[in-house]
Amino acid sequence: MSIIVEQLTRRFSPGGSPAVSDVSFHAPAGAITSLLGPSGAGKSTLLRLICGLEIPDVGRVLIDGVDCTSLPVQQRNVGVVFQSYALFRHMTVRENIAFGLNVRKLPRAEVEARVDEMLRLVQLEALGERHPGQLSGGQRQRVAFARALAIRPRVLLLDEPFGALDTRVREELREWLHQLHTRTGLTTLLVTHDQQEALEISQHVVVMSDGRVAQAGSPEDIYDRPASPFVASFIGGASVLRGRVLEGRASLGSLALTVPAAAREGEAVHAFVRPHDIKLARSVSTEGVTPFTGRVQRFKPVGGFVKVLLRMPSGDEVTVQVPRSEFDALGVVEGDAVRADVLTASVFVGDYAI
Amino acid sequence: MGSLTRRHVLPGFKLSLGFTWAYVGLLVLIPLSSLFLKTFSLTWLQFWETVTAPRALAAYRLSFGASLSAALANVVFGLLVAWVLVRYRFPGRSLVESLVDLPFALPTAVAGLTLTTLFSAKGWYGQYLEAWGFKVAYTSVGVAVALTFIGLPFVVRTVQPVLEDIDVDVEEAAATLGATPWQTFARVLFPAIFPALLSGFTLAFARALGEYGSVVFISGNMPLRTEIVPLLIVTKLEQYDYAGATAIAVVMLMASFLLLLVVNVLQRWSHRRLEARAGA
Amino acid sequence: MFAPTIHLPRRKTRTLEGSPWVRWTLITVALGFLAVFLVVPLVAVFTFAFQKGWEAYLAAITEPEARSAIVLTLTAAAIAVPLNLVFGLAAAWLLARFRFRGRALLLTLIDLPFSVSPVIAGLIFVLLFGRQGWLGPFLSEHDLHVIFAVPGIVLATVFITLPFVVREVLPVMQTQGSDEEEAALTLGASGWRTFLRVTLPKVKWGVLYGVILCNARAMGEFGAVSVVSGHVRGVTTTLPLHAEILYNEYDFAGAFAVASLLTLLALVTLVLKKYVEWRSEAS
Repeated sequence: MSIIVEQLTRRFSPGGSPAVSDVSFHAPAGAITSLLGPSGAGKSTLLRLICGLEIPDVGRVLIDGVDCTSLPVQQRNVGVVFQSYALFRHMTVRENIAFGLNVRKLPRAEVEARVDEMLRLVQLEALGERHPGQLSGGQRQRVAFARALAIRPRVLLLDEPFGALDTRVREELREWLHQLHTRTGLTTLLVTHDQQEALEISQHVVVMSDGRVAQAGSPEDIYDRPASPFVASFIGGASVLRGRVLEGRASLGSLALTVPAAAREGEAVHAFVRPHDIKLARSVSTEGVTPFTGRVQRFKPVGGFVKVLLRMPSGDEVTVQVPRSEFDALGVVEGDAVRADVLTASVFVGDYAI
Repeated sequence: MGSLTRRHVLPGFKLSLGFTWAYVGLLVLIPLSSLFLKTFSLTWLQFWETVTAPRALAAYRLSFGASLSAALANVVFGLLVAWVLVRYRFPGRSLVESLVDLPFALPTAVAGLTLTTLFSAKGWYGQYLEAWGFKVAYTSVGVAVALTFIGLPFVVRTVQPVLEDIDVDVEEAAATLGATPWQTFARVLFPAIFPALLSGFTLAFARALGEYGSVVFISGNMPLRTEIVPLLIVTKLEQYDYAGATAIAVVMLMASFLLLLVVNVLQRWSHRRLEARAGA
Repeated sequence: MFAPTIHLPRRKTRTLEGSPWVRWTLITVALGFLAVFLVVPLVAVFTFAFQKGWEAYLAAITEPEARSAIVLTLTAAAIAVPLNLVFGLAAAWLLARFRFRGRALLLTLIDLPFSVSPVIAGLIFVLLFGRQGWLGPFLSEHDLHVIFAVPGIVLATVFITLPFVVREVLPVMQTQGSDEEEAALTLGASGWRTFLRVTLPKVKWGVLYGVILCNARAMGEFGAVSVVSGHVRGVTTTLPLHAEILYNEYDFAGAFAVASLLTLLALVTLVLKKYVEWRSEAS
């Protein structure tokens, strides 16, 4: 069951800028789609518009091809996992999971059976009689999943589901969510600000910024072919190099890159380079890559990698990530000049302000 | 109701809005507006003469004077009690902690009866006080005593949570910088609790101004001498002088609104000063 | 008005505790003050009540006029408390969950009964329903009595205790947010079901707290009720008014016997209040 959103707009105060502005996208059936963006981009509002907790000023929401924009939240039959878990504190885990089933007036035996099934699914069989206050963060999150899944929702909406958990639990739950999805095959929409999370578990990514869709596509698309400077800088922590269009190529200091066809001579150019898309070397070579030199400002080993901050002749600063062994072999210290080979970069023409 | 929030997803907006306004309208708005409408039945001159009659002026003086003294006494003792409750451990502390709310829970008439009996010439307290030449019952001092009782929990309950929230680091920092305990209290703690102290003072003062039950017994109710404003209103009502009673009531309402306004301004000012200092 | 009374756990070490000498002086002064103002009066009520012995005490609280005062007090509270409970829940839900025009005005109006003198509270109902009041002619035409009758006492009590439940429930609802309600809606629950099964259990301690305070005030109110009552013995006298009448007739033991019932009410209120605070902290 796919989710289609058409030209949704929601403004919270008259005259203020909209929280969600003319957003359209398509979340394919059976896939995990991520809504990715910095905080304040309107992701959560969009999710609330889809599940019916907010009413759009303009636009439509279609679930499984049926317009449900004016359907009350109770009748949309969507499973929602809230960022804060929103578990009913005064109910036990079982009662929480059974809530949506009791609301639907299912026979008692069926409710019990389905609660057991859900507890098994989220591996919390032993904790059914506990209250949410007696559970760990990860366990609470799984109860929230079980409660949302118990009603056999048409789609599953997750609002930063792992936001409040520590890194290790996050990673475990990410893996668990992946398996869960494989098993249920439910169309899932995941709101997150964590690009790692989005790129890792989703088949489709919608990048949002300032209430609008910045880019939608597969994780590979988003990563390899960012459609805008915003996406390029948001994903992958790229550094920016500034230059101008000279003789049909982007001239960035000593470096020249291919530019989009529409570029005019003399226009400003920005190239976004990812930290691991630069190779450092001491000696000069010209094997199809575009070399230029920078000075090592600072370096810092981080785990298996070394983060090197280079200052380019143009004055731009670039962060480069080099495997530790490679860096050691290089033998450079602060202040040394090194050659930086840019393996790949996204080039945008026009002014861009961070 | 604005054009943008016209539809609420959470249920019950219209129902609760309609019910709440109807209830407040019927029970508060309409009855209270009858008070102002009634004053229009007096000419300006009649109104002025009623509210500035010597008996009324004496009542204002007593009500304001006694309420002010009581509120100030509450600031001193309320701060002391809050301090002792927050900072010290002693046997019976939790009992005292609960007992502080007694003046809230005890019907005011009971407080009035009891204090009057205790402070009267033959009472447990009165007999000793009169031996030393102090008369409390049936004097303005008695009024202030009753009002002190009534207002006691306000300062304690506003200051206590603030005192509890002050981080121990702040005091320790002051100590490491060489401040004596007294300097730490005066320069670090007192400014932090001042806004709470001020709002406790106002609450106690406002409550004292309107208080009736605990005062009528102990005051003796002598016109021009121990008659408080609420009692004057009741007296006028008993003489079926509705317009007169209303005029005095309006003056009193205005006074308490003015008081609330002044304190709001003061509070904003002290808040700003604190923030400005914190930001500097 | 009751200030918030839910306290955080206290810290242990303080640099400002002062020398033992300072500490014990402060404790002694504070406790001495509380003893003079709170403990002795409390003891005095019961001492005076029993000064003529058990039988006089029992007679004072069981004579017909005292009994009818008890009944009237309970009646007024039994009407005022449920009304203000329902109102308090509706108003707290409205004020905590929605932003709308007139919200600030509504809040001010709800607080008004706290800030006006009880005497004025009585006065406004006299002005409305009294013989010279706006509705006076209409009422006397239909032989309806509000002022100097039971309905007036109930009205004044409802007015005086109007803010209690809202004021206790509103902050609780505000701090708890609406996440759980929204979750219930996405699971298909109706508005009523959400309110009864999710909201109410969440705020129950706040509600109970408000009800306890509301009840104490409803039973103990003196000023407002005194203005509208007319002091018709055995008909429009509540317990506090009955105590006043006895006192003014120099029946001190009788007055304090009645006062002791009200004092017991206050003590029960304090104990219940403490219990609710303890439970709500524990949960």
